[in-house]
Amino acid sequence: MSSINIREGKPLQARIPQGSLAEKWTHYKDKIRLVSPANKRKLDIIVVGTGLAGASAAASLAQMGYNVKAFAFQDSPRRAHSIAAQGGINASKNYQNDGDSDWRLFYDTIKGGDYRSREANVYRLAEVSGNIIDQAVMQGVPFAREYGGLLDNRSFGGVLVSRTFYAKGQTGQQLLLGAYGALNRQIARGKVEMYNRHVMLDLVVIDGHARGIITRNLVTGEIQRFSAHAVVLATGGYSNAYFLSTNAMGSNATAAWRAHRKGAYFANPSFVQIHPTCIPRSSEHQSKLTLMSESLRNDGRIWVPKKLEDAQALREGKLKPTDIPEEDRDYYLERRYPAFGNLVPRDVASRAAKERCDAGYGVNKTGEAVFLDFSSAIERYGKEQAHLQGIHNPSKEVIKQLGKKIIEEKYGNLFQMYEKITGDNPYETPMMIYPANHYTMGGLWVDYDLQSNLPGLFVIGEANFSDHGANRLGASALMQGLADGYFVLPYTIGDYLADYIREGKVPTDSPEFDEAEEKVRREIDFFINNEGTHSVDWFHRKLGKILWDKVGLARNAEGLKKAIEEIHELRHAYWKEVKVPGRADDFNPELEKALYVGDYMELAELLALDALHRNESCGGHFREEYQTEDGEALRDDEHFAYVAAWEYPAGPYDRYEKAVDISQAILHKEPLKFEFVTPTTRSYK
Amino acid sequence: MKLHLKIWRQNGPNHKGRLVDYDLDGVSPDMSFLEMLDMLNEKLIARDEEPIAFDHDCREGICGMCSLFINGQAHGPDALTTTCQLHMRRFKDGDTIVIEPWRAKPFPIIKDLVVDRSAFERIQQAGGYISVYTSGRTVEANNIPIPKETADKAFDAATCIGCGACVATCKNASAMLFVAGRVSHLNRLPQGRVEAARRVQQMIAAMDAEGFGSCSNTGACEVACPKGISLADIAYMNKEFIASHFSE
Repeated sequence: MSSINIREGKPLQARIPQGSLAEKWTHYKDKIRLVSPANKRKLDIIVVGTGLAGASAAASLAQMGYNVKAFAFQDSPRRAHSIAAQGGINASKNYQNDGDSDWRLFYDTIKGGDYRSREANVYRLAEVSGNIIDQAVMQGVPFAREYGGLLDNRSFGGVLVSRTFYAKGQTGQQLLLGAYGALNRQIARGKVEMYNRHVMLDLVVIDGHARGIITRNLVTGEIQRFSAHAVVLATGGYSNAYFLSTNAMGSNATAAWRAHRKGAYFANPSFVQIHPTCIPRSSEHQSKLTLMSESLRNDGRIWVPKKLEDAQALREGKLKPTDIPEEDRDYYLERRYPAFGNLVPRDVASRAAKERCDAGYGVNKTGEAVFLDFSSAIERYGKEQAHLQGIHNPSKEVIKQLGKKIIEEKYGNLFQMYEKITGDNPYETPMMIYPANHYTMGGLWVDYDLQSNLPGLFVIGEANFSDHGANRLGASALMQGLADGYFVLPYTIGDYLADYIREGKVPTDSPEFDEAEEKVRREIDFFINNEGTHSVDWFHRKLGKILWDKVGLARNAEGLKKAIEEIHELRHAYWKEVKVPGRADDFNPELEKALYVGDYMELAELLALDALHRNESCGGHFREEYQTEDGEALRDDEHFAYVAAWEYPAGPYDRYEKAVDISQAILHKEPLKFEFVTPTTRSYK
Repeated sequence: MKLHLKIWRQNGPNHKGRLVDYDLDGVSPDMSFLEMLDMLNEKLIARDEEPIAFDHDCREGICGMCSLFINGQAHGPDALTTTCQLHMRRFKDGDTIVIEPWRAKPFPIIKDLVVDRSAFERIQQAGGYISVYTSGRTVEANNIPIPKETADKAFDAATCIGCGACVATCKNASAMLFVAGRVSHLNRLPQGRVEAARRVQQMIAAMDAEGFGSCSNTGACEVACPKGISLADIAYMNKEFIASHFSE
């Protein structure tokens, strides 16, 4: 066990219903309390964030009759970062007749998450997955179709079936526009009040229950109070703590972290996903990284040269990838994992890329890139097309032309995106890719109802920790966001709200609101008045580098301890030396960033602490001390089959006066019981 | 490389704006256009000047947040490209670059290069959806077969990112391409036919109420559109609009 001292609190109960796995959700729904239509009109719900989870929840709750206030930091809900999800959404429809079922989707997800998620939640997710597709089609989401008019599917990593529904490389966009439409319909009806360009800066807790939020209007700087009978956070993940990630620039953890500071537990923060196929870093001025969808691994083959000298020549620009003959290429995923090949889960693919690059086989200037090559697929599709069109003995050129057309149909926008950024044409030369931070499995702790330990605070989508364990499978984020928002939360929240039908409006003039607003104002004043020397980005870059180097793809105890020290120092420096220009009562993007980064600093330290305490490797959390002989993750089910939910340490609220001691965070364990599957060593060989 | 920038600065909706000159050295061709502006902003902060406000978010061409008029062209010189996807390798050492916000009456300036596009929201709220309950208890997805060609056309129209380049480019500040994108997406699909007439009428009425100008079919919007939404969608919407007056 670790030598660090962790304060441990009471274990957590997830309130999972009794019964067989397949019956839990049905039984639960039959027994929960309902709120009558007349009473729903008396109840207010705040939804923060309007991506897939938030927009679908806000629309569904308003349609049921609740009064909803929804908040987005962009100028429209349509711009939430769900819009950037590319490859697809999973559902156990079994349209391909390849043996898929709810059980298989459940099993793949639990296994993909390396047995660190809750059986009952994951099964429910699989159970409602088919409904999402029905719902989306009815909303007019233009999924890809076959010529017969029925829906098409493709495969994603970590599974042996084709269960992914897609709309070219813009599945997230199309699903979000569906949810956005449903939301707009409720805005038009007056059932949702939409607040764009607003950020939540505190949660208001009254008698232990979440009862409101404090927001800042990003245009005017106005600080406002909003009350409700329940607060729903759908605010996404915290990949941007790493500075460079595939998330949007504005994606932030501030709402979630501030709820954590008000008492909501933060679970498994060290479970972050580093996605294998992103465009590599190019310069120090880089502001973000761009994902190339996992769907590309359906047709793209990943390789590096077999010979070190070839890799060297590629890095120096003396060789082109197309110069390297087939026999000198190492398709290392196909070599190491013959059963799943290029479609191993993300954590496995990312580590394998790092392993090759660390060994000196990286193919770009920085030595941190591998190839993703479409030439075989272009040839395969080209031949098929020639056959279909009755072209006998087609020339190589004709095959290539026909093949490129199919690839363009499938991935056109991704290829275009790649070319814009790199200046290379991926139809002619292989893409170069490298892992980058993409998604966070960790998040606020929730029970089976998706309610946090603070009653009245519900957390959905990426913002919660619930369904993906230590590694999320591709095309499952869209599934979870929409499952939570359309089909789970609208039921579970009623069971909580049934107690408050007589309460009436929650007043906003209570001392709790006064105090929360006052603290927000003081923090903003601090930033504006602080006579610092460095910009927010200057600090954020430093934080990102510590996390990437020491809490990234591979971690070890020594590095993590060092990371904690370094973050701690940087955090102290931040509150002394940060410089924020402009005014508080104005459109001020630097002030927004300053507020976010102050929260990242604390979150980053907890992330490293969580990684240090978990003396095992599982999913995306790879501790170098715990690996098998051939470099695979080595889990320790005896000691670590639990969710680590952290309680924010008691301390002063005004962080700029005295920094909180994150090492004093209290660990609450939720033991994971596996009644229906037996955790085994994950193998994709 | 070294650049001369002329950037629109304006404190607020009711303030007067002006173009301000900035010289920026050390720009790398691999930078994106917005990273170049980040670099300028870092320098401004270091000099205790207020950084330039501009909208941006995903920086991969899909959220529709970024909205710059660059050397007289919406999203800059490249076709099918958003501002965030534009890279500095497209410019030369010593170039002068003029950067302005979207200019259209229905898009008032909030600050510097940031405009208020809430008019687009109100148009979408007027009918940019299919009115179904979000219960999941609809019909089994494959019970609605849709010809691939129809689904593909609907998809192409649905790729609009709502950035507003079409409006900013149009000499009349018409929003026809934006509205046509949604109408063409939903009205082409069998699920969307039920409300087709009502949708096109309500969305067009909302567009007119916001003060967007008329369409004179010059096609500038199609050229500026980073997603290639087609003028044919406007033709389709016009057809739908006329037909809607003859349907019961």
